Amino acid sequence: MDLARNWRLKDQRYRLEGTICNKCGAKFFPPRGVCTECKSRDLRAHEFDGHGAVYSFTTLTQAPMGFEAAVPYIVGMIKLDEGPMVEAQITDVNPSAVKIGQRVEMVTRKLREYGEAGLIVYAYKFRPIANGN
Amino acid sequence: MSNIMKPNRKVGIAGYGAYVPRFRIRAEEIARVWGGADEGFPIEEKAVPGLDEDTVTMSIEAARNALARAEIDAQELRAVWVGSESHPYAVKPSSTMVAEAIGASGSVLAGDWEFACKAGTEALQASIALVGSGMAEYAMAIGMDTAQGRPGDALEYTAGAGGAAFIVAPKENSVADLEASYSYVTDTPDFFRRQHMHYPEHGNRFTGEPAYFAHTLNGARGLLDGMGLKPSDFTFAIFHQPNVKFPSTAAKQLGFTKEQIAVGLLSDKIGNTYSGAAMIGMTAVLDIARARAPKTMWYVARREVIDYALYARYRGKLIMN
Repeated sequence: MDLARNWRLKDQRYRLEGTICNKCGAKFFPPRGVCTECKSRDLRAHEFDGHGAVYSFTTLTQAPMGFEAAVPYIVGMIKLDEGPMVEAQITDVNPSAVKIGQRVEMVTRKLREYGEAGLIVYAYKFRPIANGN
Repeated sequence: MSNIMKPNRKVGIAGYGAYVPRFRIRAEEIARVWGGADEGFPIEEKAVPGLDEDTVTMSIEAARNALARAEIDAQELRAVWVGSESHPYAVKPSSTMVAEAIGASGSVLAGDWEFACKAGTEALQASIALVGSGMAEYAMAIGMDTAQGRPGDALEYTAGAGGAAFIVAPKENSVADLEASYSYVTDTPDFFRRQHMHYPEHGNRFTGEPAYFAHTLNGARGLLDGMGLKPSDFTFAIFHQPNVKFPSTAAKQLGFTKEQIAVGLLSDKIGNTYSGAAMIGMTAVLDIARARAPKTMWYVARREVIDYALYARYRGKLIMN
């Protein structure tokens, strides 16, 4: 059931927590222990604000094991405003309505279940930005 | 001796957030599949959660909206309590996952509340006590549900999805005061779900007068009498709303006008959100005053109508293996 792996990943999955270099300010997602810009090992946790734009996307109809119940679903590359590119599902939107360049924001959603008795995995996804006022 | 509850230290609401999923099923679509249109519908349509949504994910979004309004660090919360009758796990708290996702985990109380439609407000009253006693500066109470109704059952028309989160704080840090509360409880065996059962049972025997009306009217009168107030003293009133008729009738019996309850009565559009019902009615009222995160009615207006086939899939009513 990969309990340890899912536990280890929860900070980045639940709230998009990566790292930021204390030396040069470069930001990383997923988190890195060594800065690829200045080679520093002095990094701290950084929670991304979750805003970005769709760089590219596709719709999956043949899902890998564990994701079958969700088909068809959209997987996108999201260019975060703070720098990194993140691969994630795009939710709350029909595939025909997704556009490259579309503004999106991070939400925490159910990613998969390990069967009826197993763990429910929650993780970041992105959805068209909610201008909810 | 008054039975209303007032904390030693004055408290209020520092932030609040609502959430309603985007799918809707209309009452006539449920009637198309199961019949029953002859008697009219209890609501117009109800909210349906998507495949990747449950009480935890919906609570997280409402909690983030509440934090955005309160403008506090989640680490300042000393409690994250989730009230629901649809916690995804039978054993494993929703509240720890919500606390982790919003960045509140660590030095914080977390626990799930379960009490049919009262779990959310019960958590809110506990939050008032926690902050009001001085044990905490900030406490979060969430009422959220993805209620299930057995296919063809009367409950299926109304069992909706949605809810709200509130951050309770000392009065000086609040946007709205929580002056007092009151609780009225009895053991009335009308609505229950045993362990391992997918759908709840409801007896019908007590649903109206002995259950909803007895408790709602006693609760409201207890609060009004204890505070020495009358319905005309209020601009708005929010009732628990399993449908439209019950809260409208209770309000009328108490002496509230249609105008006083209109803003906080959302069940016609999103269904009965159980633990979240009265609380999301409250956020709709508070929205009139402030906006720093998506407003309640934005979620209500965001809607994609689905047919019964998609509804059955999204709500896990199809046996796949």
